Amino acid sequence: MTDLQFLTWVRGPGLDIAVGIFLLGVLWRLFEIYSLGRSKDLSAPRRTPGASGLHTVFRRSLPPPGMLKCSPVSYLGGYIFHIGLAIVVFGFAPHILLIRNLTGLSWPALPSQFVDLAAVVTMAAMTVMLADRINKPAKRFLSTFEDWFTWAATFLPVLTGWMAVQHLLLPYTAMLALHILSVEILLIVLPFTKLFHAFTLFGSRWYNGKVNGHRGVPV
Amino acid sequence: MSASLEKGIRVLKAVIDAPIASYFNSCVHCGLCAEACLFYTETGDPKYTPIHKLEPLRRIYEQEYTLLGRLKKIVGLSKAVTDDELDQWQELVYNSCTLCGRCSAVCPVGNDIVYMVRKFREGMAASGHAPEGIKSAVNRTVTIGSPMGVKLPAVLAQMKHVEADYGIPIPLDVEDAEYMVVLSSMEIINFPEYLGAVARIMQQAGKTWTLCSTAFEATNAGIQIGNSDLARVIVSRIVEGAEKFKVKTVISPECGHAYTALRWEGANLIGRPFSFEVQHIVEVLDEFQRQGWLRTEGFETDKLTFHDPCQLVRRGGVIRQPRTLMRSVAQNFVEMPDAGYMNWCCGGGGGASAIEEGEALRLEAFKKKKTQFDAVKPDRVVTACANCRIVLEESLEHYRMDIPVIGLTELIAEHIPERNKPEGA
Amino acid sequence: MQGSLVDAFARQGVSRRSFLKYCATLASMMALPPVAGRAMAEAMAAARRPSVIWLPFQECTGCTESITRSHSPTIEGMIFDMISLDYQETLMAAAGHQAEAARLNAMQDNAGKYLLIVDGSIPLGRDGAYSCIGGRSNVEMLKEAAQGAAAVVAVGSCAAFGGIPRANPNPTGAVSVSDIVKDKPIVNIPGCPPIPVVMTGVLAHYLTFGSLPELDAKGRPKAFFGETIHDRCYRRPFYDQGKFAKTFDDEGARNGWCLFELGCKGPVTHNACATAKWNGGTSWPVESGHGCLGCSEPDFWDAGGFYKALSLPADPLGIAGAAAVAGAAVGVGIGFANRAKQGAAKSAHETTTLADLEK
Repeated sequence: MTDLQFLTWVRGPGLDIAVGIFLLGVLWRLFEIYSLGRSKDLSAPRRTPGASGLHTVFRRSLPPPGMLKCSPVSYLGGYIFHIGLAIVVFGFAPHILLIRNLTGLSWPALPSQFVDLAAVVTMAAMTVMLADRINKPAKRFLSTFEDWFTWAATFLPVLTGWMAVQHLLLPYTAMLALHILSVEILLIVLPFTKLFHAFTLFGSRWYNGKVNGHRGVPV
Repeated sequence: MSASLEKGIRVLKAVIDAPIASYFNSCVHCGLCAEACLFYTETGDPKYTPIHKLEPLRRIYEQEYTLLGRLKKIVGLSKAVTDDELDQWQELVYNSCTLCGRCSAVCPVGNDIVYMVRKFREGMAASGHAPEGIKSAVNRTVTIGSPMGVKLPAVLAQMKHVEADYGIPIPLDVEDAEYMVVLSSMEIINFPEYLGAVARIMQQAGKTWTLCSTAFEATNAGIQIGNSDLARVIVSRIVEGAEKFKVKTVISPECGHAYTALRWEGANLIGRPFSFEVQHIVEVLDEFQRQGWLRTEGFETDKLTFHDPCQLVRRGGVIRQPRTLMRSVAQNFVEMPDAGYMNWCCGGGGGASAIEEGEALRLEAFKKKKTQFDAVKPDRVVTACANCRIVLEESLEHYRMDIPVIGLTELIAEHIPERNKPEGA
Repeated sequence: MQGSLVDAFARQGVSRRSFLKYCATLASMMALPPVAGRAMAEAMAAARRPSVIWLPFQECTGCTESITRSHSPTIEGMIFDMISLDYQETLMAAAGHQAEAARLNAMQDNAGKYLLIVDGSIPLGRDGAYSCIGGRSNVEMLKEAAQGAAAVVAVGSCAAFGGIPRANPNPTGAVSVSDIVKDKPIVNIPGCPPIPVVMTGVLAHYLTFGSLPELDAKGRPKAFFGETIHDRCYRRPFYDQGKFAKTFDDEGARNGWCLFELGCKGPVTHNACATAKWNGGTSWPVESGHGCLGCSEPDFWDAGGFYKALSLPADPLGIAGAAAVAGAAVGVGIGFANRAKQGAAKSAHETTTLADLEK
């Protein structure tokens, strides 16, 4: 198989399979999780401004008082790499083109040099996060194979994408193919690993905000 | 004599719901909940990471309610939860968790971890893995009427004392009273000032109130052990009493989890909304003050700080009221670091103070509180939970810190002018 | 035509000076050191014109057209004087049996020394019956001619990689030269058609050094195929700024912005178009406003469409909709099973008494 055949495969059948498994997995898991239901809270609610499921969905993106000091690497590293990923995924012209093709939505692209910088910063932040996972006793204690695996599954698309643009190591065609393949792996594993938090995070925050909002606590 | 692993798992299967499923699927192992837990911060032992305390529950969820989990179990990739394992987890689920809820407040993906611990305890209790200390407390509450073994005669004696001391009659079993006051046995035995304070406050406010001979005890060890059936038995006494005397409001005493049991869990335990309101005494005091029914005079001049009872503040939503009350009677009120919504637990909540073998760990965890106190160096600490109060007193004594602990209600009552005659009564 | 090249040139009225200039140009294009130009000139001047056999198979004659349409300097035309082109159907005067006889003669006379040039793919379907010359299949002729060749030059993407005839579903079973010839040095000069100077450059190199130039993994001379169109493209700055033509006649197109979104395959295509250009340096596809088709890459014919940007799916997603429905169905199924299990656990619950707290 030549590089171009490889690229054509990952752009064709590979993408089809990956997107298929992704959609299958996401819908399956969402139904699996949220169909469990919950019982109605019969206690009298206390209404407090700012205390609701929706408030918590947004508010939880900010560190609670005092927490930033406790774990600056988790927060700053987390912000940088999530925002960096968003810039790279949604700001790079070829990506927007793909999104437009699949969904019909589009927006102006960011300059590729800026996206390039964001990719480097994202990888640096992810590396620091990995070091933090190894260093911090609680994080290391919690870590399972899945944590290392999902880190790699998230890191590789950024690395291969950046290397393809920078013409490093392999010819562009091969690197671009590896990049798309790594994204496909990410899509396939996302619904079945902790990466699924990209979806369930909203539900979790909402439930937490709802339960505590019922008690008048803006969590 | 019928607790079994099988029963425990069945109970867990019944209590696992969509929020729990969502929470487990959202966890990214970031470890921030550890930073929020005083048992981790003070010991540095990662096994006290809150989400780890739920590992058996997570596996049961995965094995029972996810397709992949079932497959993993079939091919042997996911081990079944065993009695030995739950036995090991007892320390993590009870001794080292006070249900303080700080983890739920910080989790970046929004997991309400303490919600899950509360549910996990249902399975732990049903499988016979609850600590002896809490089991005996439940036993005494159900059979005798109070976790400390207090019976009605003790309450009657206490009433007599208060009547003698303050010259105010203490109403018992009065129908159509506006308020029904319930007590924690800690207040009956250790802090009798509370009942006197309530009597004086009610007198000044001119409100009708009553104690109930069949429901004087507010604490609910069934909630702490995590058994809804027994918690229902206990809470039903209060519901029946309140409905029998047709009171408008039941006042939860200075006890954090009694408030949670009555205010938030009660209606869900009995399966229908209450026909009466439930308020914590601090809420009542705040309302009295705002309505002008409660007037105080004079100020404390020594340095006071307020220890937030977790169940009242973070898990109960009564955050502003204790501070307003403090300022009304204290000139030198200082807040400790992290005060309010993010305050740290005394280390003995959620039933932990009833576990004898957990004492060493509890004292270790108290170092967090100690650091907070060291930062503001208060002359006295005020709180609004009798359990916090006793844990604080014991721990302060252990660390040879001479800081008296008092209840907010009695502090307020001390500032009620003597000359003030009751308006309505 | 016999005798050394220089004599031949002299007869044609080509001065030594213009010959040297040509050699220098070639050497620089192939990234050889400047002295190589002189070496090339000397070697070629002294060289006896090698015999060349050009076999056209399943092809469109575009490659021949290209090599003959070389413009200024018309030196490419002289190449035909540098070699002894003993068989080339399109260009030779002889026809029919006469032509075939010339081929066989050349093969016999120069056994082991002649250069074999092939354009067009080789169909293997139905025993090669899809393309025959003088009643003999291409594959048979190729095997026969390759046997005595010093080296084989596969000119054009068809000979090099199978080309358009090989496109899915490949009805004739077309393959490339390298699929058949395994024991001879092969140089691929892909392109549809290849750039004239690239063809002549490889020949000059062979004449000068008696060997084939350095090749990449796909058998292409690195000197011409070492870089991508995208890397050398004069529109590259617009790509980096995120300025793209969205249609062929919008403002971006008129401003000469990047054609990536219009399907340009420049980023994955290795060729010299951006530097050598076409029609005597007049222009090249991207300069004329059309994206690169990627014609010098294997499988460019089946790489997801010429007008589809590289970051787009090569084929429309086929199973996505079905997968989503299946996922929802699986999820709902598990949901019902879970609710049943949950319900059973709830109804199996017996109210706990104090005794039930003990084992």
